[in-house]
Amino acid sequence: MTDLNQPVATPGEGAPRAFLDVRDLRVHFPTDDGLVKSVDGLSFQLEKGKTLGIVGESGSGKSVTSLGILGLHTAGQYGRRKAQISGEIWLDGKELLSADPDEVRKLRGREMAMIFQDPLSALHPYYTIGKQIMEAYRVHHDVTKKVARTRAIELLDRVGVPQPDKRVDAYPHEFSGGMRQRAMIAMALVNNPELLIADEPTTALDVTVQAQILDLIRDLQKEFGSAVIIITHDLGVVAELADDLLVMYGGRCVERGPAEKVFYQPQHPYTWGLLGSMPRIDREQTERLIPVKGSPPSLINIPSGCAFNPRCPYADVPKGGVTRTERPELSLVGDRHYSACHMAQEERTRIWTEEIAPKL
Amino acid sequence: MMLLVVMLTTFAIFFVIPKWAGTDPALLFVGKQADPAAIEGIREKLGLGDPVLLQFWHFVEGIFVGRDYSSGPDVIHCSAPCFGYSFRTEQAVWPQLTEAMPVTLSLAAGACLLWLIGGISAGVVSALRRGTIWDRAAMTVALAGVSLPIYFTGLLSLAVFSYQLDWVNVDYQPLTSDPGKWLESLVLPWVTLAFLYAAMYARLTRATMLEIMGEDYIRTARAKGLKERVVISRHAMRSTWTPILTLLGLDLGALLGGAVLTESTYNLPGLGRLAVNAINEKDLPVILGVTLIAAMFIVVANLLVDLLYAVIDPRVRLG
Repeated sequence: MTDLNQPVATPGEGAPRAFLDVRDLRVHFPTDDGLVKSVDGLSFQLEKGKTLGIVGESGSGKSVTSLGILGLHTAGQYGRRKAQISGEIWLDGKELLSADPDEVRKLRGREMAMIFQDPLSALHPYYTIGKQIMEAYRVHHDVTKKVARTRAIELLDRVGVPQPDKRVDAYPHEFSGGMRQRAMIAMALVNNPELLIADEPTTALDVTVQAQILDLIRDLQKEFGSAVIIITHDLGVVAELADDLLVMYGGRCVERGPAEKVFYQPQHPYTWGLLGSMPRIDREQTERLIPVKGSPPSLINIPSGCAFNPRCPYADVPKGGVTRTERPELSLVGDRHYSACHMAQEERTRIWTEEIAPKL
Repeated sequence: MMLLVVMLTTFAIFFVIPKWAGTDPALLFVGKQADPAAIEGIREKLGLGDPVLLQFWHFVEGIFVGRDYSSGPDVIHCSAPCFGYSFRTEQAVWPQLTEAMPVTLSLAAGACLLWLIGGISAGVVSALRRGTIWDRAAMTVALAGVSLPIYFTGLLSLAVFSYQLDWVNVDYQPLTSDPGKWLESLVLPWVTLAFLYAAMYARLTRATMLEIMGEDYIRTARAKGLKERVVISRHAMRSTWTPILTLLGLDLGALLGGAVLTESTYNLPGLGRLAVNAINEKDLPVILGVTLIAAMFIVVANLLVDLLYAVIDPRVRLG
């Protein structure tokens, strides 16, 4: 089970660690305009065989988190523009942030792999699909090209690319969008990674293909038993797939917990906003979609107090303007269910059941 | 096809326009103090009285099958490829061209090799170490390279290495007669010419490389766990070649038509110097010959580049 029972502020020392254990992760980028705090104190745990959905709008720090886990903010970077990363990332008992970069490089692609958002730009246009998959395999396995090629064909077949023995020699531009994403998934899975991060894996695809790709990821997870992180701005994508949900806003976690809890008893106004702005076919289409008013906060100048307060319709519910002066910490609101909101839990439950839920 | 267009245009520029401008090629041939009878004779011999299109036809015919110049009884046969005879020396133009070509070819090939190696490595280093002292140094040198004209760097190098230090002898020797001397005579021109071009290539490589290092597929390559060295050499460099090749086709084509300044500065008997001398002496057939050869090099170089695109970029390949 994904362990969210530990208190967030004081991680239990000596306690058995989860397979992936991220603690107080901060990723800051120095720019000419100031320090961009893309991720500012994020903690979560994930066990093998489980799926975590990270949800949030653009610029909430979702992708930065995943690239941070893979160590891709520092690879090939140097000098003043280098990202400042702090916190701890434990993968299978190894701490990655303090590890030798070359050790982390050896883990990349083998123990942790990533499926990127736009497979057309994420695949090298000048190399065949097969070559790119073979390359990923041969970095970590000392095998001949022939063996790697057989492996590439096997994977392409597994992810549902028709005629894999022929398609292996095709170039990315000769693939359709869905097939390209399948090839990308084959590349990520070629080394049987124990942690698979899918960064908006379906954003560039049309709806029917989206469903196929999500099914594929679910099947593959069952087969390989990996831990999976799915990053998306689309709650619908993770609704069926994820065991746990983590909602990010302004570089921090505002709510997390078991997926059905976050979905059916959400305890944060931002999560309400996300649910309200999502089209659903299992409810009556009585009302228009309700957008979250305003735009995502500047990560250089995050609003004081609760980062969501300028957009929150309930910002004035807690007395004394506390939402504008004090940052709410994550607190337990149910079984493994955490929320960072100043409103009293009874108040939130009341607003959700009386005002929000009926409109959805 | 393109060559034919170029040929027509060149011919028009050098034969038709001077006529409108009131310059008589026959007059150019015989010189200023010639009696009208001699001018008439020349006009007939060179066929200058013929309609322009017929003249062009004879010109093309000369190149592919040879042509005869006849003035009454005496007939001169000029075998293909015939570019006519110089107005000044009365020597056939084609042998002059074939003599000058290897010089220009040696100069261009050597310099090209140098500037590709120098320019690309400087560009890659400064892109990967952007903002560091290496980047600044490389780009300062590159700026100097682009700004300093060849007749400055060239003369300076001559003054220092040839006259003052007496390290190299810059009298040109063909490769076939003495490879050592050939190398010695070309070292300074190579370096001077390469300095100018390397600067441009360094800047181009740097800009392209910076752009490519931000591409998603570079991130993918890193996510596979590839060493940074492999990411750069196999993934980033592969894409950097495309714009470099484009520029190279244009530059090399133009350069093979004669590196005018370099050849003049170092007194290399190449196509560029031949062209300059011909222009100074209003030697129309030589100008025509050099221009056509230069145009041919540009067309061929660009054709090669187009073919190479397909090798580099699978998206360009025809189905």
